[in-house]
Amino acid sequence: MNLDLLPQLLLAGVVIGSIYALAALGFVLIYKSSRVINFAHGQVIATGAFIAFALTQSGMNFWLAGLLAMLATFALGMLIERVFLRRMVGEPIISVIMVTIGLASVVDGLLHLTPYGAGNFSFTTPAALSGAGIDLLGTQLSRVQLAGVLAALALLGGFTYFFNRSTMGITMRAVADDQMAAMSVGTSVERVFALAWAFAGLTAAAAGVILGLMSGLTLTGLAGIGLKVFPVVILGGLDSVLGAIVGGILIGVLENLAAGYLDGLVPGGGTRDVFPFIVLLIVLLLRPYGLFGTKEIERV
Amino acid sequence: MTATHPAPNPPAPAPHGDLTVNNVEVVYHDIVQVLRGVSLTVRAGQVTSLLGTNGAGKTTTLRAISGLLKPENGRIREGTVSFGGRTLSSLGGTEVVKSGVVQVPEGRRVFKHLNVEENLRAGAILGRGRWRDDLERIYTYFPKLRTLRHRQAGYTSGGEQQMLAIGRALMAHPRVLLLDEPSLGLAPMLVAEIFENVRRINREEGLSVLVVEQNATVALAHSDYGYVMEGGRIVMEGESDWLSGNPDVKEFYLGVTEHGQRKSFRDVKSYKRRKRWM
Repeated sequence: MNLDLLPQLLLAGVVIGSIYALAALGFVLIYKSSRVINFAHGQVIATGAFIAFALTQSGMNFWLAGLLAMLATFALGMLIERVFLRRMVGEPIISVIMVTIGLASVVDGLLHLTPYGAGNFSFTTPAALSGAGIDLLGTQLSRVQLAGVLAALALLGGFTYFFNRSTMGITMRAVADDQMAAMSVGTSVERVFALAWAFAGLTAAAAGVILGLMSGLTLTGLAGIGLKVFPVVILGGLDSVLGAIVGGILIGVLENLAAGYLDGLVPGGGTRDVFPFIVLLIVLLLRPYGLFGTKEIERV
Repeated sequence: MTATHPAPNPPAPAPHGDLTVNNVEVVYHDIVQVLRGVSLTVRAGQVTSLLGTNGAGKTTTLRAISGLLKPENGRIREGTVSFGGRTLSSLGGTEVVKSGVVQVPEGRRVFKHLNVEENLRAGAILGRGRWRDDLERIYTYFPKLRTLRHRQAGYTSGGEQQMLAIGRALMAHPRVLLLDEPSLGLAPMLVAEIFENVRRINREEGLSVLVVEQNATVALAHSDYGYVMEGGRIVMEGESDWLSGNPDVKEFYLGVTEHGQRKSFRDVKSYKRRKRWM
């Protein structure tokens, strides 16, 4: 085993892991307030990334395009909630989840109709991020990677603060806990859901743009992140922002370690896609509610 | 004392209107009729109790007032609810809370996974006051909650949860508080403590209270006026003092005869027993 590779693999793992965490955040936001598992999350990530890409193609500044894409998916999240999810309030959760699966197919189909449906695209790296990176632990960290990590951590930190300290954040958790009791003090459950979907959309676009900047844009790749967040959120606990961060980074690091050390041992390689799921299985056997998830309180 | 007498302790703050339920009929799933023309008045600044057995329609009456019928597939088919001149029966739950009527749900329903302080803050979602000041106010009424403020609410006792549920509702600055069975599953000592607290808040803030109870003794001891429900109708009403002395109420709800002996349900005259299932 070549230990010289270790710092580099760890660092790359933390970088990609923090983006996974950001991608998972939107998932957690929706689950946390409404207990709905959103299978269309990957499609929202892809939509956000391609909106930003289309805008830069038309000559817009990268940062402005990213910001507008986030606003667009904020609105998209709200729209999805309004049109599809609101009429499902009170229906069994499994029906609502089926709706999100249907939605995933529809959005996927629509994206295939755009010029970006097939092929590889890449952002032109903005000037501020194209200079030399920094040396860390003897390895190079590019400016793009650095900016991606910082943006992801800032959003994650912001939402952690929001959930723990702001009245609206606390109310969103309260709705997840007991909708009827939340309504009894005047909470508009509809508004809480709309906000959760909107925030999920916003963070999805951010994750999509950062991923696109780092490793290029393909529809299947970006939409596939929607599935990659499953081990992340289940590992961390479906309803915990902190869990999403730890789960994301853990999965990112495990992937890179597997690619660095295990791929050579297996004919055909590809262990990076399998290894996280093996860890996931083990964690679930030991802690079914995830590393940081809410343990059900059983008491009458 | 008769029904027309004013409350013994008129509230200090600005007076606000009575809450009136006028001839309300409620159906669930458009089929099951639970309320058959209920009329009652919660006078400003008074504690009013609504008594009755299981299934009499007490909780439904509260839901009809607070606008929380819809999540249970219930609907007001006839009649109106109004508060201080405003009609509540056509409003949604949020609007009802905004107009100053807040319900403490049956079974307390605290947010189990949130800590005590977060539970209280969730009650301040409509932002009708500064939440920091309101927290202090609630902690003055229920000092126990202050010491427990970082404890997860699911791990507090039943009595503490009831105080928390009341505190959470008070964070929304109600002018009328609707309490659904605060005595449920609590030891008699705690029940008395909770009713004394409610009485104190009622006096100090001039808050009107409508309390639904099966425990008629304690409810009548801490209220000004009372209604008795049976089979979706009000069957009796009067000043609490008068009600607790009424032979029928004594026999059915307080379980004692005119001579003060406790009596078994078996001994109740059969025509009266029928009346109970009406």
